[in-house]
Amino acid sequence: MSAPHPKYASNEGVIEAAKKALGKALLSATEKVGEIRLDVKRENIVDAMRTLRDELAYQQLMEIAGVDYPDRAERFEVVYCLLSLTRNHRLRVHVATDEVKPVPSVTGLWPVAGWLEREVYDMYGVLFEGNPDLRRILTDYGFQGHPQRKDFPLTGFVELRYSEEEKRVVYQPVKLAQDFRNFDFMSPWEGAEYILPGDEKAKAPEAPGAPTPLKADEVKK
Amino acid sequence: MTTRTITVGTADAPALDAEMGIDNYTINFGPQHPAAHGVLRLVMELDGEIVERVDPHVGLLHRGTEKLIEYKTYLQALPYFDRLDYCSPLNMEHSYVLAIEKLLGIEVPIRAQYLRVLFAELSRISNHMLNLGSHVMDVGAMTPNLWLFEVREDTYGFFERASGARMHMAWFRPGGVHQDVPLKLLADIGEWCDTRLPRLFEDAISLVADNRIFKQRNVDIGTVSRDDAVAWGFSGPMIRAAGIPWDIRKSQPYDVYDRMNFDVPVGTKGDCYDRFMVRVEEVRQSARIIKQCLAEMPEGPIASLDRKVVPPLRGEMKQSMEALIHHFKLYTEGFHVPEGEVYVATESPKGEFGVFLVSDGSNKPYRCKIRPTAFSHLQAMDFMMKGHMLADTTAILSAIDVVFGECDR
Repeated sequence: MSAPHPKYASNEGVIEAAKKALGKALLSATEKVGEIRLDVKRENIVDAMRTLRDELAYQQLMEIAGVDYPDRAERFEVVYCLLSLTRNHRLRVHVATDEVKPVPSVTGLWPVAGWLEREVYDMYGVLFEGNPDLRRILTDYGFQGHPQRKDFPLTGFVELRYSEEEKRVVYQPVKLAQDFRNFDFMSPWEGAEYILPGDEKAKAPEAPGAPTPLKADEVKK
Repeated sequence: MTTRTITVGTADAPALDAEMGIDNYTINFGPQHPAAHGVLRLVMELDGEIVERVDPHVGLLHRGTEKLIEYKTYLQALPYFDRLDYCSPLNMEHSYVLAIEKLLGIEVPIRAQYLRVLFAELSRISNHMLNLGSHVMDVGAMTPNLWLFEVREDTYGFFERASGARMHMAWFRPGGVHQDVPLKLLADIGEWCDTRLPRLFEDAISLVADNRIFKQRNVDIGTVSRDDAVAWGFSGPMIRAAGIPWDIRKSQPYDVYDRMNFDVPVGTKGDCYDRFMVRVEEVRQSARIIKQCLAEMPEGPIASLDRKVVPPLRGEMKQSMEALIHHFKLYTEGFHVPEGEVYVATESPKGEFGVFLVSDGSNKPYRCKIRPTAFSHLQAMDFMMKGHMLADTTAILSAIDVVFGECDR
C-alpha cells in the first residue's frame, strides 16, 4: 500500500516518447515522486507544447504555475501542468526565465492559457510574448509590485482604509502595530542558519568588562 | 462607435442623448450583485439587450492565500483551504493532504480513507444544494431553494458533529483525519440518506426539472462543444455536461474511490440545463457512495501511526514522555516534507481542484500553487455569453458554479 493520492496511468515509456518527440528542445526529463518533469528550452516552448498536445495526446492545459528561486541566474520557473484525457496521464513542463526575458505565450494552442499567464505575470512579473491581454488579474487596480516574489514582504507596502474626511477609500504605507515576526521553530541541531540569542557572545573576542573599582585612597575627594 | 457607461442600480442614470444615437453601451454587472455569487465584476458590452462582449474582472476577494501558506508550517496552512471554496471545504483540504502524503510517501489507514470519502461526498451534496438552489432562484423560482437549504443545513449538522465546526472543519489532516466520528453519527447519516435527503431533494427537483419556464431559461443557453470544453480547460460537471465522461474519482481514483460503485452522468448538448441535470444526478450518486462507505467502513485507526507526522492522542500524551515530545515538536516545528514537487488534483464538486506543492525539505511549503476550478470556467464566459440576452448572464453564471473564495484565493 502506498499513499492514497490519485493514481493515473503508468509513467513507463513516457520519458522515452517525450525525448523522441521533442528532440533538442528538451533539456532534461526526470521522474520523481511518481511524476514526470520535462525541462524545455524557453524559445521552443510553443513548438514543444504543440508536439505534446498533438502527438503525445496531452489535450488539456490545467494550470500554469510560477515559482521563484532568487538564487538562480534565471530566477523564475514557469510550470505547465498537462493532462491527457485519452491516455489518463499527467506531466509537467518547466521553463526557466527571469524578469526581462519573455516566455512565448501558448494562448494560440490553448485559449485557457490567457488568464493563467496573466496570473503568473501578475504574481511574478514574468512576461509572456504573444499574450494579447497581459493585464494584472488578481491584484488591485493600480497595484505595484509582484506579490509572490520571494523578496516581496508578506505584509506588502500599502494598506487601505475608508477615510471619513475624504469620503473615499485611501491608500497609505503599511504601519504595523508590532514588528512582523516569523518563527521558524527549526531545531538548532539540524542546521538552522542563524545564531541563537546569546551565542554571539561565545565567539566574540573577550569583552572589556567593567572597569576595576577605585581604591578608597584613589577617590578624589 | 460611441460607448456610454451606465452603472446598473443608480437612480439618476443620465438620459440618453438623441443625437449620440444608441450604439453599444457598457454596463457593470457587480461587483455587488446578488446573482454574481460573490464579488464578480463583469464589464459587459451590450447591443440593445444582446451581449457582445464580457470582460470578467476577478480578484476582488484576493487574500494572498498562496503567499501566506509559504510562511506557515504544513499543518498551519491547512485551514486556509477551508476558506478557498467555502461551500465545499473538505474537498479543498482533500487535494492538499493528498499532495503532502504523496511527498511524504505515507500510508493512510483504510478507515481514515473511508471517512474522507464519506465526508467529501457529503460536502459534495452540500455544495450542490447551494448551487442547484441558487441556480433555480437566479432564473426565477423561489421554493426549491428553500427546500434544498434544509438539506444543506442537515449536512452542516453532520459536519459539526464530526469536527466541531459547521463550515471550516479543518478535519482532514496529513495522514488521516483529525478525530474519529461517533457511531450514532454514522447511523444518522445512513438514515438521512434513506429518508430526508431523497424526499426533500427529489421534491425540490421535481418542481424544476421538467418545468417549462425553467427549460426556457436554460436549454440551449451557453452551449459549449466538446472541443471547446477541452481547449478551455474545463473540468468537473462543466466538461461532463459537454459530453466527455471524465471524472477524476473514476479515472484517477484516490483514497478508496476505486472500491466505490457509482456512475458518471454526462450531458448531451453542453448547455446550462445539462450542467444542472449533471449536478442533480451527481447528488444521487454521492448518496450511493455514502451508503457504500457506511456499509463497508472497517474499524481501526483514523490516522497514520507514524508519530513523526501525526500527533499522538491527548490521553497518550499525558502518560508517555515520548508522546509528549512528539506532540510538542509537531505543534511547534511541524513535520519536514522531503524535497520534491507534486501536482495533485482531485474531483471537487466544481471540477478539478489541484495543488502544486514544491517542498524544499523544510517544515514550510516552498511554494503552494492552488489550481482553482472557476478560473478556467469564468474565462470562458466571454464566448459562452456572446449573442445571448442580458438576462441569460445569471443562468450561465449559476451553471458555472463559481465561488470567489476559490477563484481569487
